Amino acid sequence: MPVTTSGSRSILICSGKGGVGKTTLTANLGIALARQGVRTAVLDADFGLRNLDLLLGLENRIVYTAQEVLSGNCRLDQALVKHKQEPNLALLPAGNPRMLEWLKPEDMQKIVGMLRESFDVVLIDCPAGIEDGFKNAAGAAEEAIVITTPEVSAVRDADRVIGLLNTRGIKPIQLVLNRVRPKMMANQEMLAVDDVTDILALPLLGLVLEDEQVIVSTNRGEPLTLNGSSSPAAQAYNNIARRVCGEDVPLIDPAKVRRGLRAKIGRLMHTKIF
Amino acid sequence: MTLRDFVNKLLGRQPASATTAKQRLQLVLAHDRSDLNPELLEQMRREILEVVSRYVEIDIEEGDVSLETEDRVTALVANLPIRRTKPLPVAEEGDPLWSATQA
Repeated sequence: MPVTTSGSRSILICSGKGGVGKTTLTANLGIALARQGVRTAVLDADFGLRNLDLLLGLENRIVYTAQEVLSGNCRLDQALVKHKQEPNLALLPAGNPRMLEWLKPEDMQKIVGMLRESFDVVLIDCPAGIEDGFKNAAGAAEEAIVITTPEVSAVRDADRVIGLLNTRGIKPIQLVLNRVRPKMMANQEMLAVDDVTDILALPLLGLVLEDEQVIVSTNRGEPLTLNGSSSPAAQAYNNIARRVCGEDVPLIDPAKVRRGLRAKIGRLMHTKIF
Repeated sequence: MTLRDFVNKLLGRQPASATTAKQRLQLVLAHDRSDLNPELLEQMRREILEVVSRYVEIDIEEGDVSLETEDRVTALVANLPIRRTKPLPVAEEGDPLWSATQA
C-alpha cells in the first residue's frame, strides 16, 4: 500500500474494457474538481496509448514526462503541465511507451507520492486491461472509480477489475455508469441502472447520459466542465466532482428524463409483476 | 419478470434484450468469479449427485447444481429432490463406516 500523505487522495479511474470513457471522465472530473478549488493533478498512467493530454488540450505544451521525473532528468514541477484556464489543474504526461519495459509498481507509487505532496487529489488515468499497466497504476491508488457502460462486455470486464481492486484492499470503490440512453432503458433494450449496480455490488457515484457534446468537446480539447456547459454529460461530471468532495447530490433518474405519454407507458412496462 | 416481459410472452415474442443481458451476465460472472468452467462444474455436479445418491435416493433428472451469485458472493446451490432415504448401508471391514462404528 502506498504511504498516506495526510489529507491528500489518490483515486484510480479504471474500467477493464477500453473505450468506455476512463480518459474523458478523468479530464472532466479533473477540471470540475479544480474549478471547485481543489488542487488536482491528473496522471496519465496509460503509457502505451496516452490520450489524456489530447482531451485536456495540453498536447502541445508537453516538455518533460513522468519518465524524465523518474530518471531524475528533471524536477516534478518542470514536467507538470498547468492548465492555463484552470490553474488548479496540472497534468503529468505519460512517458514513452518503452517505459513499460522497466516501469515497476514502486515507480508509480513514487510518482504519485510526489504528486500528493502538493495536490489535494491525484487522479490516475488507468490503461485498459488487467495486465502490468493496470497493476502498476492500481498499486499507487488508495481509492478507485470504476467506469462502465450498460453493456454485457463492459460490465463483465468491470467485474474482473473490481475483484482485483478488492483483493488489493482499495476502498472505497465507486461506480460511474456512462453512456446511459434513457429511451433504450425505458424500452428495456438496455441494462437498467439497478441491474448494473446489483450485479457489480458497488455504490453509484454518477450516471452520465449519452451526449454528443462529449465528442464535440473532445474535438476541441476543451472538457465539457471547463466552460460551464449545461449539457447532460457536463452536469453529470460536475455532480460527480461534488460527490467526490463529499457533497450529497441526488442522482438523476433516467426514467424521469423523458416526458410525455410514451415515457409513462415505458415506465409502466418496467413494473415488476413477479 | 416485468410487465413488458409478460406481454412479450403472451405474444410469443422474445423477452426484452435487457432481461436476456442480465441473465447472461449473471451466469458468466458466476463462472468468472469462481474460476470454474462449465466442464468442471458438470464434473462436480456428477460427483455430488453420486455421493448424495449413496445415502438417499434422489431424482437424478430433477437434480440441479448451479452457481448463484449475489452481492459479489458466489454460492454453490444444489437442489436435489429426495425420493426416499435408503436403508443404512451395512458396514464392512475396511469401510470408513466400519471403523467409525468400531471406535
